[in-house]
Amino acid sequence: MYTKDGENYFIVDAHVALWDARPENQRNIHGKQFIDCFYDYHRNLSPQSESWSYDEFLYQGGDRLMKDLFVDGHVDHAIFQPAALPAFYNNGFGQVEEAFALASAHPDKLTYNHCWDPRFEGAGLKQLREDAKRFGLKGAKLYTAEWHGSSRGWKLDDPWSYRYLEAAQELGVKNIHIHKGPTIRPLDRDAFDVADVDKAATDFTELNFVVEHCGLPRLEDFCWIATQEPNVHAGLAVAMPFIHTRPKYFGQIIGELLYWLGEDRIQFSSDYAIWTPRWLVERFVDFQIPEELSEYAPLTPEQKKKILGLNAAAMYDIPVPAELQLPREEPQAVAVA
Amino acid sequence: MIRDDAYAALHTVSDPELDEPITDLGFVRSLDASPDGRVTVHLRLPTSFCSPNFAYLMASDAKDALTALPQVREVEVLLDDHHDSDLINAGLAADAGYRGTFGEEAESSLDELRLTFRRKAHTAAMERALTQLLRRERELEEADLHAVTLGDLPDERTTHALLRRREALGLGTGPDEAVMVDDQGRPYPREEVPLRLRLARSTRISIDGNAHFCRGLLRTRYPDSANDQAPRAEGAENLKESSA
Repeated sequence: MYTKDGENYFIVDAHVALWDARPENQRNIHGKQFIDCFYDYHRNLSPQSESWSYDEFLYQGGDRLMKDLFVDGHVDHAIFQPAALPAFYNNGFGQVEEAFALASAHPDKLTYNHCWDPRFEGAGLKQLREDAKRFGLKGAKLYTAEWHGSSRGWKLDDPWSYRYLEAAQELGVKNIHIHKGPTIRPLDRDAFDVADVDKAATDFTELNFVVEHCGLPRLEDFCWIATQEPNVHAGLAVAMPFIHTRPKYFGQIIGELLYWLGEDRIQFSSDYAIWTPRWLVERFVDFQIPEELSEYAPLTPEQKKKILGLNAAAMYDIPVPAELQLPREEPQAVAVA
Repeated sequence: MIRDDAYAALHTVSDPELDEPITDLGFVRSLDASPDGRVTVHLRLPTSFCSPNFAYLMASDAKDALTALPQVREVEVLLDDHHDSDLINAGLAADAGYRGTFGEEAESSLDELRLTFRRKAHTAAMERALTQLLRRERELEEADLHAVTLGDLPDERTTHALLRRREALGLGTGPDEAVMVDDQGRPYPREEVPLRLRLARSTRISIDGNAHFCRGLLRTRYPDSANDQAPRAEGAENLKESSA
C-alpha cells in the first residue's frame, strides 16, 4: 500500500520476473544479447539513483525480490509472468521452480503465471493441463517471439495456438498476457502487429487478453483493437519508466489509453527486475498530464487507484481491504462544498 | 570527395519505422572510402534484437545507394552486434536478396512492409500539420479540418514534410488537394474527421515515442553515437535527464 496526500493506494504489480541470466545459465551468445538488451533498457530509462550494476541485474533471487517489491516497493500483490527462452538459457530465463516455491510460500502476496509455446503441439498441450493443475493457474504469459528450432516466432491465431487457448478457457486459465517481440515468420510483415490478438479476443470471449507494454511500439494498432474488443487490456510494462525520462510522452501514452480503453482496462507493472516498483509507484501518484497536452483531461486519484492495483485485483480476484476500495457510487450523490 | 558522396548516399537511406535517415539516427558506425572506389560501411542498431526485417532493409538499401554511385567500384556493408549479423552480412556480401538471405522465413518481399510504414509516416505528418493548424487557429473545430487543403497550410517545415510523405505514397501535392485523407488519398467524410484525427494522433505518438526510445538506447549501447545523432526534426526529444 502507498499513501500520499491522504489517499491510499492498493498496489498490484502485474508483471514481475525472477530470472537467471548469469553466464553459467547462458546457452549461447543470444542469452547474453537478450539480457544486455534488458540492461540497456534499465540503464536508459532508470533514474541514476535506481540504476543497478550489471552483476546485480543478472540475477536477484527470492530474498531480493521480496525486499524490492514488498518491503521497499509499496507492492501489495505481484504476478509472475515468466519467459521461458529455452533456446537462449540452459535452465530457462524465468526460474519456474524458484518462483513457484516463493508464490506458494506467500500466496497472499504472489501469483504464479506460467507460459506455453504451441509449437510443442500435443505434448505441450498435455503439459499445459498438468501445469494448470500443479500451479493452480489463473493466467499465463505468452511470448510470441520465442525461438524454437528453426522457427523464430508464432502467432496467437495459429491453429495449434487456438487449441491451447481452448484448453486454457476450459481450465480457467483466463488471463492471457501477451508480449510481442520482433522476430516472427514471415519477416515480410510487421512482427509487432497485434492483429492476431484481435482475432483471438473475438473468438475467446471468456478470456482476458492483456497486451504488455500496451502494444508499444504499435500503440495505435493496439488502441484500435482494444476499442473493438472489450476483453483486451493494456499492461504498462516498459511504458511506466518513461514517466521519468520522457514525462510528456508518458502523458500521451496514458492519455491515449484512457481515451481509447477507459480507466478500467489499464494495469500497472514495473516489469521487475528491469525496473523496481518503488519509484514508479511514487512518480505515478505524483504524475499529472503536462499542461501543454490540453487534448487530455487531468488524471484523477480514482483513475490512479484503478491503474495501480484495483483493475488487476479485479481480474485476478485478489482481495482488497475495504478501506482501499473505491467508494461505491451513490446514485443520489450530493456535492459537498 | 568519394567519402562525402558516400555519406550523402547513406543519408538517403531511412529507417522505415522511425521515418528518419540512418545517418541522423547515428546508425552509421563507420564509413571508409578508398580513392580507388572501395567503400566499407559498418551499421549499428539500438539493440541486438531490433527487427531483422528492418535491419536487412536498411543494410540492403545502404548497399544499393552506395553501389549506384558512379565512382564506387566495390561496396561492403556490415551490420554489427545484431542477433542476425552473420545471416544478414552473408546475404549482403553475396547479394542474395531478401529471400536468399532469410530462406523460409521470407515469403515474397518486404514491399508491403515498406508500404505499411510509408503510410504511417504520411498519417503522422498529416496529424502534425493539422494539429499545428488547430493550435494556431483557435476557432477551427476538428470537423472543419475536412475542408482544409494543402494550399491552406503555411509554408513551413511540417507542410514540406507532409508533401514529401504524400509524394512517397503517390498522392497529389497540388494546393486544392484535401489534407485529411486516407492511405489512398480519399478525403474522409466530415463526421469521421475527429475520430480519424485521434487515430492519426496515436500513430504520430507511436512513431515519435519509438524514435526517442531507439535514439536513447543507441546512446546507452554506444555512448560515442551521441556525437553522430542529429536532433530529431519532428517531435523533439524533450529529454528531462540525459541518458547514459
